Amino acid sequence: MTEMTEIRWHGRGGQGAVTAAKILAQAALGEGRHIQAFPEYGAERRGAPVRAFTRISEEPIYIHSPIHTPDAVAVLDSTLLDAVDVTEGLPEAGILVVNTLESPGTIRKRLTLKGRKIFTVDATQISIDCIGKPIPNAPMIGAVMKATGILPLEGLVDGFRNKFSEKFRPEVIKGNIKAIKRAYKEVKTE
Amino acid sequence: MAKILALTGNEAAAYAMMQINPDVVAAYPITPQTALMQKFADFVADGDVDTELILVESEHSAMSATVGASAGGARAMTATAANGLALMWEIVYIAASNRLPIVMPVVNRALSAPINILCDHSDSMGCRDAGWIQIYSENAQEAYDNTIQAMRIAEHPDVLTPAMVTLDGFIISHGMEDIRLLEKKEVQKFVGEYKPPYPLLNPQHPVTYGPIDFHDYYFEHKRPQVDGMENAKRVAVQVGHEFGQKSGRTYGLFDAYRMEDAEIAAVILGSTAGTARPVVDELRQRGIKAGLLKLRVFRPFPAMEIAKVLSGKKAVAVLDRSLSFGAQGGPLFCEVCSALYNEGHRIPVINFIYGLGGRAVEIENIQEVYQKLGKVAKTGNVTKIVNYLNLRE
Repeated sequence: MTEMTEIRWHGRGGQGAVTAAKILAQAALGEGRHIQAFPEYGAERRGAPVRAFTRISEEPIYIHSPIHTPDAVAVLDSTLLDAVDVTEGLPEAGILVVNTLESPGTIRKRLTLKGRKIFTVDATQISIDCIGKPIPNAPMIGAVMKATGILPLEGLVDGFRNKFSEKFRPEVIKGNIKAIKRAYKEVKTE
Repeated sequence: MAKILALTGNEAAAYAMMQINPDVVAAYPITPQTALMQKFADFVADGDVDTELILVESEHSAMSATVGASAGGARAMTATAANGLALMWEIVYIAASNRLPIVMPVVNRALSAPINILCDHSDSMGCRDAGWIQIYSENAQEAYDNTIQAMRIAEHPDVLTPAMVTLDGFIISHGMEDIRLLEKKEVQKFVGEYKPPYPLLNPQHPVTYGPIDFHDYYFEHKRPQVDGMENAKRVAVQVGHEFGQKSGRTYGLFDAYRMEDAEIAAVILGSTAGTARPVVDELRQRGIKAGLLKLRVFRPFPAMEIAKVLSGKKAVAVLDRSLSFGAQGGPLFCEVCSALYNEGHRIPVINFIYGLGGRAVEIENIQEVYQKLGKVAKTGNVTKIVNYLNLRE
């Protein structure tokens, strides 16, 4: 159970939290890790709060229970900060990445949070600029990768290209990759 | 060479079906099986299989079409879950009684009511007496591996019995994991060409399936079905061994994890067995001799083999993810107790009903199981036989 990184994703139905959890896991697989990515099991509805999980490990993963003490939490929709306790189980050294216009300091005050490393990025604007739609999952993957340093950016970009080359038009893939890279660069910390 | 992909359990099972390339698949969608069939339908649309995919109007029809195809001499498959399995039940029993080697992934989901789409084993356990081989999978890799092996086991001339391969709904079906896939041609070679022994569509050797058969011969026709099922035990071990030579992953009737010198042990089916593994490791680090018996083949039930592994233990816990109302405990509990009794082992055994309707199974819940087990081992007394894990009471 050592060397396992656990990430919890908070989003609203339709924002692509589950896909983000999977894409990050897939990128880790490309780097030779063992992976798990799974949604919280419930009735899916657009706009409802959803949670998804990513486990990345050097060793095979046997555990099949939800993640309660994540190493990092990604929040795809800042309105969730008022609706759910996104920092639940996040340890002192944990990482919080929020899609918001606000600064990490403002988020810290808003959540009255002690410890933890807070990162913010305007993933919605990035996705509008790069993809033409307010679907913040791709830039949030970039931000989480920068914040956690869990994987090299290139591995993710290659993995993304390979996985979706058959499913999406080249410009869609290009836009998403651009969004990932931009968020990787623009994500702010205190 | 094996390919490593990130797949959900549903996708993994669909890949196995694609690589088996069955002649006929008939299906009707039901959560959480829908994504499995959707993936398989992709393979059909992309021309990756030669399968005739029949989209029917209900699960009753899905199994009926599968039975018809199989009796006709085709290698036939379907997949379902929960109420879908319940609806096809009549024909599930007929498939087995006609000795048709159909393979069906069952994505375990709670039966209604109340309506619940999440995992428990009430669906497959509900038809444990229907005459099907039942193989439970711990993870997506096993869902893939078991589906391929089930084909060989079911079609073995000494067996000729349909097989369901279960995977835990959502936990495995919708969870993505790293999966090692065999090459399609390796799978093709492993399952071989299906030579139906008594195809309906052979005018040279006309046969009949499922005619009227009363008190004069019905009984005699049921008896060999028992042998076919019993033979599946031997064949499952053979096939599991052969599969290991191809893939590096050998399978038996169960996986005995740190059991040899264990004093306390839990018997578990499905994904929860995986969650129990790190708990056992942690207990071992603390000097507690804990073990885990992950059962893979529930039907035919490996009674003698299990009794042998459990003999000499100080206390045993059996975890059931389904209820058997009015019985002495969950289905697995009753089987394990019966096996121990028949082999003359008087070991304290406690039962934990857990995870109904998708109730999460946490590390702490499994720790609680071993904690209670430790107490029972110390005193030898069982104060409460049937316990409910992580339930508000």
